Amino acid sequence: MSDREFGFATRTVHAGSRPDPATGARALPIYQTTSYVFEDTDSAAAYFNLQEYGNTYSRIMNPTVAAFEERVANLDGGAGAVAFASGLAAQSAALFTLLRPGDHVVASSALYGGTITQFKHVLGKLSVELDFVDPDSLDAWRAAIRAETKLLFAETIGNPGCNVLDIEQVAAIAHEHECPLMLDNTFATPYLCRPLDWGADIVVYSATKFLGGHGTSLGGVVVDSGDFNWSNGRFPVIADPSPAYHGLAFHETFGMYGYLMKLRAETLRDLGAAISPFNAFLLAQGIETLPLRMRQHVANAQAVAEFLQTQAGVSRVGYPGLPDNPHHALAGKYLPEGAGAVFCFDLPGGREHGMKFIEALSLFSHLANVGDAKSLVIHPASTTHRQLGDAELTAAGISPGTVRISVGIEDASDLIWDLQEGLNALENAP
Amino acid sequence: MNLAPYQQPDIIRQTLTRLRIAIVGLSANDLRASNFVGRYLLRNGYDVVPVNPRETSILGRKSYASLSDIPGPVDTVDVFRHPDAVPDIARDAVAIGASCLWLQYGVISQEGADIATTAGLAVVIDRCMKIEHARYLGRMHWLGFNTGRITARRAKLV
Repeated sequence: MSDREFGFATRTVHAGSRPDPATGARALPIYQTTSYVFEDTDSAAAYFNLQEYGNTYSRIMNPTVAAFEERVANLDGGAGAVAFASGLAAQSAALFTLLRPGDHVVASSALYGGTITQFKHVLGKLSVELDFVDPDSLDAWRAAIRAETKLLFAETIGNPGCNVLDIEQVAAIAHEHECPLMLDNTFATPYLCRPLDWGADIVVYSATKFLGGHGTSLGGVVVDSGDFNWSNGRFPVIADPSPAYHGLAFHETFGMYGYLMKLRAETLRDLGAAISPFNAFLLAQGIETLPLRMRQHVANAQAVAEFLQTQAGVSRVGYPGLPDNPHHALAGKYLPEGAGAVFCFDLPGGREHGMKFIEALSLFSHLANVGDAKSLVIHPASTTHRQLGDAELTAAGISPGTVRISVGIEDASDLIWDLQEGLNALENAP
Repeated sequence: MNLAPYQQPDIIRQTLTRLRIAIVGLSANDLRASNFVGRYLLRNGYDVVPVNPRETSILGRKSYASLSDIPGPVDTVDVFRHPDAVPDIARDAVAIGASCLWLQYGVISQEGADIATTAGLAVVIDRCMKIEHARYLGRMHWLGFNTGRITARRAKLV
């Protein structure tokens, strides 16, 4: 058997899902089971002791979920992945696994509103301190790091401001201070950007969005490169013998798989946000068309952004695919196939015009999600980001008249027609 | 040192078909990585021979002080020792007629590799026997790890 480096599209279809050895089923079987019969008592002990790869209980592992996890890990070039019930569950588990009280996190200020809320309130309750920084300023990242800093966090493409992170530089800053860099790569997907290739250590996704691609299923996933040295003296929570696992030292015992094993065998086991096998099946199936969909998403997004930019009724279009966008050069480096398909534009008429515009649309769906095959629209100031104060809104690149769209895979001409209808409705509006 | 020549999948797969494995530096402590690997290989049908002068028995198997004390032929010598110890272990592996010298994660020794290669042994460096077995023959994919394996062939049930 020769070994071949298969291409990305081949891997989206095949990675993680071989023909079922028991039945020959070619599609990914949905193992809708809570638990698994042990061969004998020795096997049961070996599985629970993590001495053998075995299925014990579907809160911790499931063969359908594992296929989805391996598929994402393979596409990102990671050592492995662990899936969760939602993107926020994946993210909180990724953080919980490596942080402990007294630690400090430096995060981009231009994040999804739900993430900002999670970080501020959940980390606060866990006595983890937090500083938000302008993700575009390398000096700001450097200045915020202190002795207790254990993590740098950002989004590859900020939601919704579309700040494109200089991943290579921020990863270098993190590593100078022996910290991992964790990125939310939801908007880019591994088709547009593979952050581990640029030095990031851990990638998290809301798989609910472009990975699944059809707006059917919640899910999240954490991918680890396996390269970070958790035994550098700064992460006893991972390197030291674990009281939650009869003294097992996860990094020493499992090496490059240590973080992932701890994330699964302790954090997922104990916090319990397991994804259902059926959702994992739908998400894995969605990934089979990821390259096809992403090509259409970014081509449509570019066409829609170029249209909006020509409109007198639009004061700003925040799409990094446009040459005058401040993140255009970084998008060229990190997102050469396209700058994603979620972006904002501003209506100078403020909150009233934002709402009136949305009400005039008939093809874009007004809802709180992104990354569906269908085009979506929302007014962040009154919905996803309404928990934020004015200063935080501004830091996240949002004004009262900002409209966020997630450009789907319909015909671009139809999308442009719909947006034109929305703009027409504002012409005679007060 | 360039490890790529010592991490070739065809050599790894070939080595995994040979069943008698001496594990040099196998720990009796069941929380140590070497003990995990030894237990895993035993459970998966390998004839594991512990080499550890400080123990008489590990995982229910007699432990030998050195490779040359082992009666009968050994296929693979799997090493969990400091890299400085590898050249002598490589010489012993050659002397007992082993067919492969396998150095676990972080056990990297150019001198040891050269001694074994010159004598015609296959050499694998900075790889784990447990993980490579699980990747090609076992259940590594059950826990969401990236096996790198792409195939439309139906595997035989073990």
